[in-house]
Amino acid sequence: MSQLFTIAKLDFFESFRSRWFIGYAAVFLLLVVAIFLSGVTESRVMGFSGLTRLLLIFIQACNIILPIFILVTTVRTIAKERDSNVFEYLLSFPVPLATYYWGKVLGRLLVIWLPLLLALLLALGIGLAQGSEIPWRLLVLYTALLACSSLTFLGIGFFISVSTKSQELALGMALFIWLLLIALIDIALIGFLIQQMVPDNLIFALALFNPVQTFRIAAIALFDPVLSVIGPTSYFLLDTFGSTGIIAYALSYLCFIGFLFLSLGYLVFRRRDLL
Amino acid sequence: MIDIQNLDKSLSGQKILSGITLNIADGEKVLFLGHNGAGKTTLIRCLLGEYRPDCGKVSVNGHPLASERVEALRKIAFVPQLPPPIRFTLNELFEYASKIGLCSIDKIKETSLYFGLDANAHKHKAFYKLSGGMKQKILISVAFSRDVDVYIFDEPTANLDAIGRDRFRELIGAPEMSNKTVIFISHRLEELANVVTRVIELDLGRVVRDERTLTVSA
Repeated sequence: MSQLFTIAKLDFFESFRSRWFIGYAAVFLLLVVAIFLSGVTESRVMGFSGLTRLLLIFIQACNIILPIFILVTTVRTIAKERDSNVFEYLLSFPVPLATYYWGKVLGRLLVIWLPLLLALLLALGIGLAQGSEIPWRLLVLYTALLACSSLTFLGIGFFISVSTKSQELALGMALFIWLLLIALIDIALIGFLIQQMVPDNLIFALALFNPVQTFRIAAIALFDPVLSVIGPTSYFLLDTFGSTGIIAYALSYLCFIGFLFLSLGYLVFRRRDLL
Repeated sequence: MIDIQNLDKSLSGQKILSGITLNIADGEKVLFLGHNGAGKTTLIRCLLGEYRPDCGKVSVNGHPLASERVEALRKIAFVPQLPPPIRFTLNELFEYASKIGLCSIDKIKETSLYFGLDANAHKHKAFYKLSGGMKQKILISVAFSRDVDVYIFDEPTANLDAIGRDRFRELIGAPEMSNKTVIFISHRLEELANVVTRVIELDLGRVVRDERTLTVSA
């Protein structure tokens, strides 16, 4: 266990110093600042104002940009370590492959989640400074959603990185998966599919299996659903399962997908050539 | 000590190693020779459990790499030809070596001082930012600080200055190394001629020469 924490710690600090991490953290922290400076917390649109509105805009942005940030940074760093023979040296030490793999997962998960947590704390600080009412339930939900979503895309990223032989291919696959998932959210392809009379059940299944869409529905589950805002699929699923059901499903499904891909990635890592 | 039986390995559909059978005993100092692409690096990677053989088996001290990789690697220290761009600081690299490779950080620092490098002066620097020679000295120091029975050095002196090369030869020739197995991959025969006790030459993935000798000829 101590070896696992050593690897997690070393990966955490290595990532913490890297340029991608600085850019990644800056994007999410500046996003909160930019939303605040834009004045949206002062205005009321569709019943949302103050910190609730800030959080809602922040989470919608995270829904789109978080997957691509996590996928690109994860697949690049791991594929790069293999291509540049860092693995050749570090894995020549007597480290169990499970310890090395899961240690890196743990370190990377913390690195990815920490800036998101800081961004939410920054939003909370802004809210407190403004004397806004603090939407605690929403804050807790978004903290959990961001953690679960980080796990999902970290899992997919690790799986891609250990399954592909080059950085370029890994990066291409990451971009393709992100585009596919974004295309399959309510406002994009699902709208088109409904228009093309694709069977309803297939559309709802696509929405429920798409982690980006699942995240999106759960993120708005605490509000009164308005069809024109959340889209037809989200509206139907929220109406059918209720907000508690959707939130419980989203959190468990995102974690499940994350662990599934991390486990598949580990199996590939263990069975194939390490270099 | 090292037992390789009928080892075959292909990469991207091309056969790199073919029917390699070798037995390397305790205390042997073996030099692997061969042109570029002869299969030396692939063989070493099989020995480190980083490549899985298509068929055949590799074991160290009776531990098959395929099923007892960690036990086998506890007995092996490896220094690659080109120091990889590890992004750890020196302190972090030493921590990795100490926790995973079970060696003392003080001993690594002592050995690097012997090579003329004060690791403490660079402890917060990222490993990849050091000069080629410094990186090589650090990796050699880590290897010599581990309690192992087998050392694998891939072109160990390529980046070293004259003092570093002298120190390396001294450490290899030290009495406590007499029962250690050392594998070199090197084209600098003259530097290792007094140390090497066996020469194995590979060509197109096969052993074409295997001589036990005290005098090495190119």
